[in-house]
Amino acid sequence: MHYPEVSFDERMATVEFRVGERAHITVDSDVCRSCTTKDCVHACPAGLFVPTTDGGILFNYEQCFECGTCYQVCNAEGAITWTYPAGGDGVVFRKG
Amino acid sequence: MPDDTMTADAVVVGAGPAGAAAALELARAGRNVVLVERGAYPGAKNVYGGVVYGRILDEVVPQWWTEVPVQRWVTRRATMVMTPTQALTVDYRTSGWDHPPYNGMTVYRGDFDTWLTGQAVAAGAQLVTSTVVTGLLRDASGRITGVRTDRPDGDIHAKVVIACDGVNSFLAKEAGLLPRTSPEHTTLGVKEILALPREVIDERFGLVGDQGLDIEMLGCTSGIPGGGFLYTNLDTVSVGVVVGLTGLAAAKTRPEELIARVKAHPGVAPYLRGAELKEYSAHLIPEGGYRAMPRLAIDGMLVAGDAASMCLAAGLWLEGVNFAIGAGLAAGQTAAEAIAAGDTSARGLAGYRRRMEASFVLADHKRYRNAADIVLADRMQREYPGLICDFVEQVFTVTNPTPKIGMTREFFRAVRRNQVQLRSLARDGWQALRAFR
Repeated sequence: MHYPEVSFDERMATVEFRVGERAHITVDSDVCRSCTTKDCVHACPAGLFVPTTDGGILFNYEQCFECGTCYQVCNAEGAITWTYPAGGDGVVFRKG
Repeated sequence: MPDDTMTADAVVVGAGPAGAAAALELARAGRNVVLVERGAYPGAKNVYGGVVYGRILDEVVPQWWTEVPVQRWVTRRATMVMTPTQALTVDYRTSGWDHPPYNGMTVYRGDFDTWLTGQAVAAGAQLVTSTVVTGLLRDASGRITGVRTDRPDGDIHAKVVIACDGVNSFLAKEAGLLPRTSPEHTTLGVKEILALPREVIDERFGLVGDQGLDIEMLGCTSGIPGGGFLYTNLDTVSVGVVVGLTGLAAAKTRPEELIARVKAHPGVAPYLRGAELKEYSAHLIPEGGYRAMPRLAIDGMLVAGDAASMCLAAGLWLEGVNFAIGAGLAAGQTAAEAIAAGDTSARGLAGYRRRMEASFVLADHKRYRNAADIVLADRMQREYPGLICDFVEQVFTVTNPTPKIGMTREFFRAVRRNQVQLRSLARDGWQALRAFR
């Protein structure tokens, strides 16, 4: 059975985000450099964490589901600082 | 107190099912209640599997089914046990669930949470959207006296705070009731809403009118503890997986890849042919159950819904919205009484837990407190789906001219072929009986 699979960008394009000016999640790449598993890279359902060549993490807050997976799977306290975006900003689920 | 701060009898944080229900009861009791929601509208931040069990709504609106924004009424409930190439489905349908008071219903959370919050607002609750609660206010003795918000001069002073701020509950964490993280008790749900014409859904799933189908799947998550689901809405289908965070991180598999595998499964793919992705979503689920619940009442604050880990993820039963509503109603009633009595200390609010122990909210969680362990156990996830499918396949495979060997021998062959230890099978069976009794 063939099923037309959508690309990750197309997948994320189905979600509405009201992007705020403040990054509600910050990543301390200095901490990440000593991390061997980088679980956030694999587990984040929005694919927002990208490993850099120097062993750090590049993070984009703009298409965040605000689910909390990243800080829950992170094994280094202080690497990921997680708060909610400002009121009204962030993901807007239409169906949920 | 300066004039620009707000004062209320109670402030409820989060306009999900728990918060809306709590605000409703406080408003009904004539109390001045503020309901704060960080999304632009109730439900904007919420995702769930897809079925609400509505009987608790009897306490919200008489004949709620005439006005609730339902997609379909679940009249067909199937459990699918799968391997990558096989599926055994136990499929139950009844006309007993297609008329009031019904059993389960599929809804969109944007619609449902907005509707439920509307009941609270109609009763007199004040809804404030697009506002994040950023912390707790306390007096000199440490007692909680309100919340701080991200609005200018946004403090709200209240006699009671009801934390219905969801699975990541920063309020319960700030109050020291929940640990900062608990990946071992938390699952990630990822979901796709896929559009299909209504009549195509009716035909493919054998549904008529507003009847709906709910399929739960075991063995479809590539060995990561969890399960899959498929629910029918009016002209969309919700498909997704729920997986434990610890297992997901260890497997290093992308969540959307797990959905893609479910959709490509030979037992699922024909249902979804030609469907178009409308929305991808993700949310965490607190699955620690009764044993992981925080203290529910402290001086000046109650905790309800996902914030208090009130999701029942017990394999056969996957419920959360109903518990949130039940807990919210109990919290609102308790808070209203405590305010009237002038004692909103932990002692004055202790009736909250008693109320819920007497109702399904804590009784169900207590009864099935060990069930999630059984469902998410390694053998249940990795070995038994294969054993069951293999056994059924052998029983139904006609091997003429070789004669049949009988069910018992067929079963023990399947046990051997799947390298299942009989001793573990017996022990797991016994534990499952105990956990689900």
